Formats: sequence, C-alpha cells, structure tokens
Amino acid sequence: MLKNFNIVITGVGGQGLITLLDVISRASFNKGFDVKTSELHGLSQRGGSVSVYIRFGKKVYSPMVPKAQANLILALEFQEALNGLEFANKNTVFIINNYQTPTLAESASFKQVEDNIKLATDKIFAVNFSEICAKELDNQVVVGMAMLGFAIEKGALTLTKQEIIEAIKETMPEKFWELNLKALNLCSP
Amino acid sequence: MIQDLLKSSGKAILLGNEAVIRGALESGLQFVATYPGTPASEIGNTFYKIAKDANVYFEFSTNEKVAMEAVMGASYSGLKCLVAMKNFGLNVASDSLLPFMYTGSKGPTVILAADDPECHSSAQSEENSRGFSCMGHIPTLEPSDAQECKDFTKLAFQLSAKFKIPVMIRLTTRVAHQKMPVVLGVLPKSKTFLGKFVRNQKRFVTMPPRVLEMHEELLQKIKDIQKYAEKSTINQESGIRNQESRMGVITSGVAYLHVMEAVEMLGVKPAVLKLGFFYPLPEEKIKKFIKPLKKVLIAEELDPYLEKEIERLAKSVNPKLQIFGKNVLPEVGELNPDNTAIGVAKLFGKTYNPKIIYPTKKLKHLPRFCTGWPTCPYWKLYAAVKQAAPEGTVFGGDIGCYMIAALPPHSLYDYLISMGSGVGIGHGVKKATKQKVIAFIGDGTFLHAGIPGLMNSVYNKSGLLLIILDNSTTAMTGHQVNPSMGKTSTGEDIAPVKIENIVKALNVKNLAIIDQEENYNQLVATIKEFVNSGETSVIIARRVCGLLAKRQNKI
Repeated sequence: MLKNFNIVITGVGGQGLITLLDVISRASFNKGFDVKTSELHGLSQRGGSVSVYIRFGKKVYSPMVPKAQANLILALEFQEALNGLEFANKNTVFIINNYQTPTLAESASFKQVEDNIKLATDKIFAVNFSEICAKELDNQVVVGMAMLGFAIEKGALTLTKQEIIEAIKETMPEKFWELNLKALNLCSP
Repeated sequence: MIQDLLKSSGKAILLGNEAVIRGALESGLQFVATYPGTPASEIGNTFYKIAKDANVYFEFSTNEKVAMEAVMGASYSGLKCLVAMKNFGLNVASDSLLPFMYTGSKGPTVILAADDPECHSSAQSEENSRGFSCMGHIPTLEPSDAQECKDFTKLAFQLSAKFKIPVMIRLTTRVAHQKMPVVLGVLPKSKTFLGKFVRNQKRFVTMPPRVLEMHEELLQKIKDIQKYAEKSTINQESGIRNQESRMGVITSGVAYLHVMEAVEMLGVKPAVLKLGFFYPLPEEKIKKFIKPLKKVLIAEELDPYLEKEIERLAKSVNPKLQIFGKNVLPEVGELNPDNTAIGVAKLFGKTYNPKIIYPTKKLKHLPRFCTGWPTCPYWKLYAAVKQAAPEGTVFGGDIGCYMIAALPPHSLYDYLISMGSGVGIGHGVKKATKQKVIAFIGDGTFLHAGIPGLMNSVYNKSGLLLIILDNSTTAMTGHQVNPSMGKTSTGEDIAPVKIENIVKALNVKNLAIIDQEENYNQLVATIKEFVNSGETSVIIARRVCGLLAKRQNKI
C-alpha cells in the first residue's frame, strides 16, 4: 500500500478551506513530494458544507482520500467533524474547532459529535479556535491557520512550521502574511 | 495558482482548469470566449485577470451559444481558439456546435466542457457530455489529472490543426478542481491577433444539398482521427498481463486514478488500458487488449458508453469475455477510490471491506444567503414575497444564488429547472391553470436566457409576475462581469445594458424598480398589485450583492 499522507478538511463555505489547501500543498510540494488535492467550488461555498482533500507522498494517484485512511482531519466547525468521520481510523488525529454555525436543518451537540468521533479514534483535540482568533486577532477567517499551527505543535503533520511559513509567503500576497503567521503561532507558541 | 500560470518554466501547482489554460497558452492561443459555470468557471475568471499579460483576446459572452459562435467566427477567420463551459452550457451551445462539426475549424479550436458527476454544484441533471461526442461526432479527450489537462489540451490543438475539426476536452469536477504539480512547457514568444475571413461558401454555408456532403466529410475525418487514435500514446496500457488470472480494466478520466488507487489498496495486478480518447475510440487497440482476457472491468463515471462499445467489440474478438461495469460500479453519483475498489475487488472475486465508521447521524450545512453587513439583498426580497404573495401562488425558480431560496428556511420554489426556465415554465403554468405565478431570475440569467421567455409571456398574454433580482453581478459562479454592469470582459468602462429598457421594449406595461432594503413596504405593495393585475409584469429588485459590496468597500 502507498504510504501517502492524507488530510481531510471539513468546514462551511467561506471559512478559508481552499487557502489552507493551497498552503499545505505548496509546503509538501516544496519538500519534494508528489501532491494531489481536490476541492469544491460554487453553490456549496455559500455557507454550505464543504470537504477538501490533500494527499502527498512518493506517488499519489487519486485526488480523493480513501475512506478510513486519513492521517489528519481538521474540522473547522464541530458539526462538520461528522462529515470527516468516515475518513478516520484509530490512528487518525482529529482536530476540531469547537465552534458552531447553524445548519438550518438537523443539528448536533458537541457531545454527540465527540461520542461519534470516539468510535473511530481517541486522538481528538477540540479547541474553540474561532473564539481565540476573534479575541486575539479580531478575525475568524484565519481559524484554519491557527488549527494548522496547532496540528504541527501536536506532531500531527509531517511538515514543519518553517515549511508552512515559506508556503504562506509563496501563496499569499504580502499584506496577508502577518495575520496568517500570527494565526499559525496562536495556539502553538 | 494563478500567479504561476505565466511562469516561463519549471513546475507549478495548478488546478485542472488552470492547466487547460496553460496548455492553450503553450499552444499559441489567440481567442477565448466563455460563459461562467461551475466546474468550468475558473477558465473565465483566470483569463479575466491574465488575458492582457498573456496577449489573448478574451470575452465573457452573454451565453454559451454566443460564446461558441464567437469562437466559430474567430476560427473561420484563422485564429487559434478556446471556448469553455459547463455541461449545461454545452446544451445551450449545441445548436451551433453540431453544424460547427460539419464546417470544421480553420483556426485550431478546442472546446472545454466540464461535467459535474454527483452534482456538487449543479442543479438540473447529472449530465454526461460524452453523449454529445457521439451525437455530434466531436473528437473528445478525457484527461485524468492536471498534468494531462495541460498535455491533452496541447494535443487537442494539434489534432484540430491536423484534421481541421474542433476537439473537445471533457473534464469532470474531480479533474477540473484537482490540483497537482504540473511541468510547464515553453510559452510562444509573439503572436498576432489579426485573422482574415476568406469567403468559402462550400465550407461555411451548410445549405442542402451541400450539407450532406459535409456530413460525409465529417465521418471521413472521424475515421482518419480513429486511425491516429489507434497509435496515440494517450491510450496507454499498463500493468502486467497475468497469464493465470487474465484480468483487465479499461478506464478513462479520473476513474483511472481511482482504479490505480484501488489496485494498490487491494494488491491485485490487472492489465490496465487507460483511454485518453473517448471519441473516436481506438477500437483495434481495445480489441487487442481484450482478446486474451477472461474478465474485464469497465470503470467509467455515469452512463456506460465505453461498456456498450466494448461489449460490441468483444463479440467479434472474445465472445466469452466476462464484462463487468455498471453491475459492480454505480451509474449515479461520482466514482471514488472506495466504490471503485469494490468494483475492482469483484473482478478478482474478492471483497473490499475496510473498517469505516459512519456517523450515527449525517449532518449538512445548507447553503444560505450571505449574512453580515452589507447583507445579501435576497433576505429582504424573499421576506417581501412571502408577505405579499396570495395563498396558492406558484413560485418559479431559476439558476443563480437565489436557488438557495429552494432550501430551508425559505423552501419557496415549486419548480426549478434550467437557465431562463423560471419565466418560460411559469408562462405554461399560467396558461394551463387559474393560479397566480411569480417567477424569479437574476440579472445575469435574464441576459443569458430570460428575454425570450418574458417576450413569450407578453406576446401570448399569460400575465405572470417576473421578479428580476438585479444584484449587479453574476454572483454564484464568482462575481463575473455581465453586460448590465458597465464593465467589459476585460474590466474597461462601457455603457451598461439597462434591464429596464429591455423590459420596456418587450411591451411590459407593469414595471417597477425597487430597492428592497430601502423601500420594503413599496415592494410588498407592488408585488400584491402586479400579481393580481392579470398583466405580465416585472419588478426589478435592484440592490448590489452583499459580498461584492463588502469587497468593494474594503478595496
């Protein structure tokens, strides 16, 4: 079996999932890995559920992560963690933004979500990154970057913070660097 | 990324759509026309930004048929052309596309059509544009990844130049919206825009009886291209022919990547034939591939076009061949590594059954009108509609951000079908019943396909109310410009097309232009008045998209 590193990011449209995807894929590309990603645009972006995939390693075929094969899952909203669950196995690190936006349909409590995730893995980290970003940076669009910094700190990603910083600088206009670097360091001083 | 598109060499991480653009630029592209639609929207969005630097003529045409015709004119005049659209756009363009196949191209021309299996960002239908390839005799290539998006686009331009025929690149969402490192080739240094239309009635006038000769010529071109396809390296065989098992897989597009993933996961070793050509098929190559096989799996998304062709070919070379396809893979929805692995496993008499934990309840955030300030103007509009519309009113939806009003909490529309159909179908309902009808359409969609429907309602006196939601942009696909905005396709100032002038010219007597945020009560009163008037009426609810206003204020 190919030992690729598989990342699933779930969230709602407008949370900056694709920016995060660009940064991670650039960092892994810079490191010499083969990379494939898959993302969704369009109607789903208007506040609806969105999942994106990033896969890197020696040779990546499918742009989609096979079920139960994610190494790392980032849920940018806690109910969206449920949409990542089918990609989890017992070794998966699951990082959840303990923050809720209404679904406008059926919803779940954090406890219900956590009980579900525990069925797959006990490597769960739930932090209200949105609250921290709002308080410290007055900005919630960079919540994914804060989660990425946290993931690196917890050793859940095979990329280093310096590699991510390089990728931020290569993929974003300079005026956004400071904010994103602050976010990256917010939960991993 | 977009900033890497004009890099001179090296590797860059490109989206499938961006890789098509790079392939076209490396081929010396001169003329591009498109109408936005996901998953093809980035083609236009990107050219909007880079056309000047890339020295390419670019336009957002008013709809896909118009875009196709623009490219036909440019191709007839000798320019190298690209026209891009989503699957439903190809339907709109097909009226001119089919005769374009008869005339052929003069300047090499590539058609990009992007399908959306699983309907991630498409209402209306899970369309498979490969049907058009067969119906229109359109040479069609199917890339599986971003590198192939670039390479196949270049090949498509070469084929078009060699055989004087437009060539289609068919993408799906997982190819168009896939990113990977792409090896960049050389960008041509200089090119001119100036073509010349040289009169040639025999070639460009499809009147009978000449049109039948053209049909013959088209079929001959396809035969010639088929010979080319037999030798083409984009139809490639890989894997080991295992003498004992004699198993094979034939696949194309992104399904190939899922097959290779599945093969790795299962540890099996089938022979794999990856088809880059969908139409015409390299039949001899396929025959040679299937002849020694015992079993073959046809891995393709949606309808079993390949499967049916291969069943036909097997009859002559290997009638005992066991063909697996839609009996083990889904015909509805997209393929992924997992459902493909299930199919590949069945070919080998195995099962694929990883330990997958599914949530006890499946949740989905529904798309919604944007919040924050300035907010989406549709919140107020739909509140007014609900307040004003008489009991039993039939509500007709259309294609754009306002589709979201079909979902909770609004749950408004009684039907929602295709571009411009809100008013068209509303007219039929109105004529067939005694019910009130309110149809909705956005500014972009009205200009794309709404005008004939409204004219029909006036002319044949159905008396519906059409609400034109004018948020001054083509919002859903990414805020592209349209003719009502006072900006050209390359951002220059131009006199805007005034929607109210069009409405007046169609002899609509009841017309009101209302800002729903500023004059909410007037909107409620006007809806009541117009819907009860018995006349075909129009309200233009004019207020700029909140997201756009937010961005413009910031910048």
